[in-house]
Amino acid sequence: MSDILEMTAVQLGGKIKSREVGVAEAARAALGQIRAAEPVVHAYVTVDEAGALKRAEEVQKRIDAGELTGPLAGVPVAIKDNMCTEGMLTTCSSKILYNFVPTYTAEAVRNLEKAGAVILGKTNMDEFAMGSTTETSAFGVTKNPWNPDHVPGGSSGGSCAAVAANECFYALGSDTGGSIRQPSSFCGVTGIKPTYGTVSRYGLIAYGSSLDQIGPIAKDVTDCAAILEVIASYDRKDSTSIPRDDCNFTSALQDDVKGMRIGIPRDYLGEGLDGEVKAAILAAARILEEKGAVVEEFDLSLVEYAIPAYYVIASAEASSNLSRFDGVKYGLRAKEYEGLHNMYKRSRSEGFGPEVKRRIMLGSFVLSSGYYDAYYLKALRTKALIKKAFDKAFEKYDVILGPASPSTAPKLGESLSDPLKMYLGDIYTISVNLAGLPGMTVPCGKDSRGLPIGLQLIGDCFKEKNIIRAGYAFERSRTYESPEITRNAQTGENNMYTKENLTYVAGDSKQAAGYKTDSIPGDSTDRITDDAVGSRTVGNAESRTGSTADIMSEGNAGSAAESTGKEAR
Amino acid sequence: MTKQYETVIGLEVHVELATKTKIFCGCSTAFGGAPNTHTCPVCTGMPGSLPVLNKQVVEYALAVGLATNCGINQYCKFDRKNYFYPDNPQNYQISQLYLPICHDGWVEIETAAGTKKIGIHEIHMEEDAGKLIHDEWEDCSLVDYNRSGVPLIEIVSEPDMRSADEVIAYLEKLRLIIQYLGASDCKLQEGSMRADVNLSVREVGASQFGTRTEMKNLNSFKAIARAIEGERKRQIELLEEGKKVIQETRRWDDNKESSHAMRSKEDAQDYRYFPDPDLTPVVISNEWLQAVRDRQPELRTEKLARYQAEFQLPRYDAEILTGSKHLADIFEATVALCGRPKEVSNWLMVEAMRLLKEKEQDPEDLSFSPENLAKLIGMVEKNTINRTVAKTVFEEIFANDADPEKYVAEKGLAMVSDEGALRRAVEEVIAANPQSVEDYKNGKQKAMGFLVGQTMRAMKGKADPAKVNQIVRELLAEA
Amino acid sequence: MANVISDETIEYVGILAKLELTDAEKEEAKKDMGRMLDYIDMLNELDTSGVEPMSHVFAMNNVFREDVVTNGDEREKILKNAPEQKDGSFKVPKTVE
Repeated sequence: MSDILEMTAVQLGGKIKSREVGVAEAARAALGQIRAAEPVVHAYVTVDEAGALKRAEEVQKRIDAGELTGPLAGVPVAIKDNMCTEGMLTTCSSKILYNFVPTYTAEAVRNLEKAGAVILGKTNMDEFAMGSTTETSAFGVTKNPWNPDHVPGGSSGGSCAAVAANECFYALGSDTGGSIRQPSSFCGVTGIKPTYGTVSRYGLIAYGSSLDQIGPIAKDVTDCAAILEVIASYDRKDSTSIPRDDCNFTSALQDDVKGMRIGIPRDYLGEGLDGEVKAAILAAARILEEKGAVVEEFDLSLVEYAIPAYYVIASAEASSNLSRFDGVKYGLRAKEYEGLHNMYKRSRSEGFGPEVKRRIMLGSFVLSSGYYDAYYLKALRTKALIKKAFDKAFEKYDVILGPASPSTAPKLGESLSDPLKMYLGDIYTISVNLAGLPGMTVPCGKDSRGLPIGLQLIGDCFKEKNIIRAGYAFERSRTYESPEITRNAQTGENNMYTKENLTYVAGDSKQAAGYKTDSIPGDSTDRITDDAVGSRTVGNAESRTGSTADIMSEGNAGSAAESTGKEAR
Repeated sequence: MTKQYETVIGLEVHVELATKTKIFCGCSTAFGGAPNTHTCPVCTGMPGSLPVLNKQVVEYALAVGLATNCGINQYCKFDRKNYFYPDNPQNYQISQLYLPICHDGWVEIETAAGTKKIGIHEIHMEEDAGKLIHDEWEDCSLVDYNRSGVPLIEIVSEPDMRSADEVIAYLEKLRLIIQYLGASDCKLQEGSMRADVNLSVREVGASQFGTRTEMKNLNSFKAIARAIEGERKRQIELLEEGKKVIQETRRWDDNKESSHAMRSKEDAQDYRYFPDPDLTPVVISNEWLQAVRDRQPELRTEKLARYQAEFQLPRYDAEILTGSKHLADIFEATVALCGRPKEVSNWLMVEAMRLLKEKEQDPEDLSFSPENLAKLIGMVEKNTINRTVAKTVFEEIFANDADPEKYVAEKGLAMVSDEGALRRAVEEVIAANPQSVEDYKNGKQKAMGFLVGQTMRAMKGKADPAKVNQIVRELLAEA
Repeated sequence: MANVISDETIEYVGILAKLELTDAEKEEAKKDMGRMLDYIDMLNELDTSGVEPMSHVFAMNNVFREDVVTNGDEREKILKNAPEQKDGSFKVPKTVE
């Protein structure tokens, strides 16, 4: 089994195609690794063991029947918990959606299903994708698989940690201000944020609608290109979806950057950038230069204005997008209230965490009477200027190269104490969303503490192929590194981190479990692990180990959620 | 009251468009389904759902805009209006604030005081809300999203009206235009046309407007007229007492004939409009606009003139017939089948209108097929039935869309013109009424009418009245 | 802090956003919002006169559906997640107008 887990998605897909590995075998390998690593990493909010194994059998049959022939058929995947999955809990890592079971599946996930994907479960994230550390989740903190004292980044921290810890073969994330690229960088994996409009947003629970994009997270560029090829589609259900006929991204997997013009914004290398990160980025640039690319530094300008503009726009959109969570149609309704408006207020105040509240408040304020022009329109004008600056840069360069984050993964608990400081960490990723550009993170080394460093490659709109080509060429110069936990777990031993980390997890889970114990039935004696990390297991076909306080009983997630819903009344 | 006051009124008219589907999803707009049976993730605000604009909504909005002399914003956008209420599943309504599709139009109204232009400030597209039903049993409310997302246009007038008469005339005018365009059936009672009244008063001659209130929940022209009168009085009384009118939204209770403020602490009335990032702008090319213009149907004014010219109808007839698009449609379809426009007009104006009045219905409620009316007219023309019988048959057509030929055959109502049969009937009547014969001979002309009537009665109304007259006269002369 | 957020403002924003904050949360929110707005005020350094506000990055327009009914009765699904329901409807506290 151990060699299966080390495969990339495309490698595994090939082995499944050639009947060297069975689909169920692959799913079991991943589920086994989930059990081994979750006590430490806590990358998942929901694990659907029974569903995954059942699905594996169906997919195997369809592969055997010659109906599924794509490169990803049968490969197990993890989905960020802000994408709707029919019949499977979708929480956005928020208490307000603690029991929400969608009745339809997000278009991107459907595209994966059509290609034969086996969904393992839903990954943890910052609540409603608001955060850069995955610490704002209502269901516990995800740990960096490279060092569980550190955050995995965010908001797609669960997806990135799951890929890094071999708890899946690839994952989907979403990126509103860097939420794929920054945690990919922190976890030493590869992730792409496509051009806005490339992947349908239908079924993605919106944070900042004009900025959100779904993208792939995997072990290498080849995987990401193959996954993006599958999930990219023109969707008539999403008005901002863009018809493209250039989505054959794997055609750009060529180790050839001769003559490619690469620009490094000086603004990205200045004050605030960690020395080790800077050195790794410049070393990566040199490798591309050695391979024939023309690399030079230039002034991008306006970089520092992207963050304030982003927080105005994203918060404004979020304040409106999240108003639908009100205790009427789905999700949490406060138990005690007096009248309608109090019901709204109680439900939302109980249901949302501090970071979400902070952004809803800010967003409501900047849109309120008398401030719209000064803040919201000003931010949209700034966005136009930032787009123009990129347009100008891409007249000269095919790819913009830089860091994904000013530093490697911070320690747990360090970032949330100062929100503004946390926001500043998004400085290299945020403008890409404002301008709708594609961006990619590729691992490019580690710092002296052993934490991964990510190289960010940014392309012009619709020019994913440029960054895929550059990323692929760079990747050829090094081998994929996986964290210690992937090896320890494979031996079946409890790995080195478990003990020392348990206290932290347990302490943290109290907070997350506080409301769950009184709202969700079931005892906590028969848990997957000793600690209540807050992950849920939906069903269990092999052996019934899954039944934590919030682990669901056998059967489908829908009925389980119904029972929890009833109990909550 | 020593001062003279002037009432200043502007209207916000919401019209539900006659599309088959909702504005942003493929759910049916049909009336009367069980609660929440015409819903989907989009119109119930499910997480992750996204709106996609129904093209027909834009077409209708353009048609109404052109027919009301509006300018068209060839680049228009949708904005979100943010407020919390359970009938609004996303807690924002998708509407148009910054760039509405139509602006600066006008319509001309006619009242006893003459003709007048009423300005239209703008027309914008938006989505309707769901329905809240109060459950007395449990003292809670129940939300039905079947109407959520039904397309609306909101027509915002300038504050150009000064009386309830003008308001009604304006609404009638809009209703006719929109019905003629086929953009809506505009039924106030069913809520497919709704008017909110913005009203203020000021001293005659004052240059500034007074503080206005907005009156909601007006379900009929009568309610609108009463609400205007009530609010005018309320505001004048406040001013006379030296108090101020507060700018607020009020809800009219037509049973109590009074209104109350709808304000609450939780309603900040700060809607935080911003462009909806989920929808793209609508760009209306000159070609598109011209195509809509080319497709515009004949509107009332043109039809009114044509009916007088083409069918030689009196203006009075033409006004009544064109007063409802549906009525005009029935008229034209019937004339196309049987000709005789004046005859068709008479049936519609006299008999149909009488029955509508009896049943308290509108011309829009007429549901018979022109074929049957045409047949009836043909039967009268061919003397298959007499006029009296024809009226009875028409009632059947009106009520059940009965086929007059079948009905007459089934009921044996065909006119009896057979000389022998009629003569026998008259003879019997004369024999039975010697006094009347005597009266006639003594010069009482009325007695003859009585005998004719008795004969018609004996023949169950089916006799050819002209022949009966002739025979009675003959026999009386012989007697 | 250049932006001092008053109690009234926090109260008002709470009404708009339908959030009920504890006194401690309010103090925190005042501080956070003030700091964020100070930071956002950095945008005032930029001359944006004559720049059109950009909502959409790409000039996409006229994305339409045809007026054809595609959805059937999905009531059961739609109500599946309702915290409370009755008679095929979502049940909410009494609303008064």
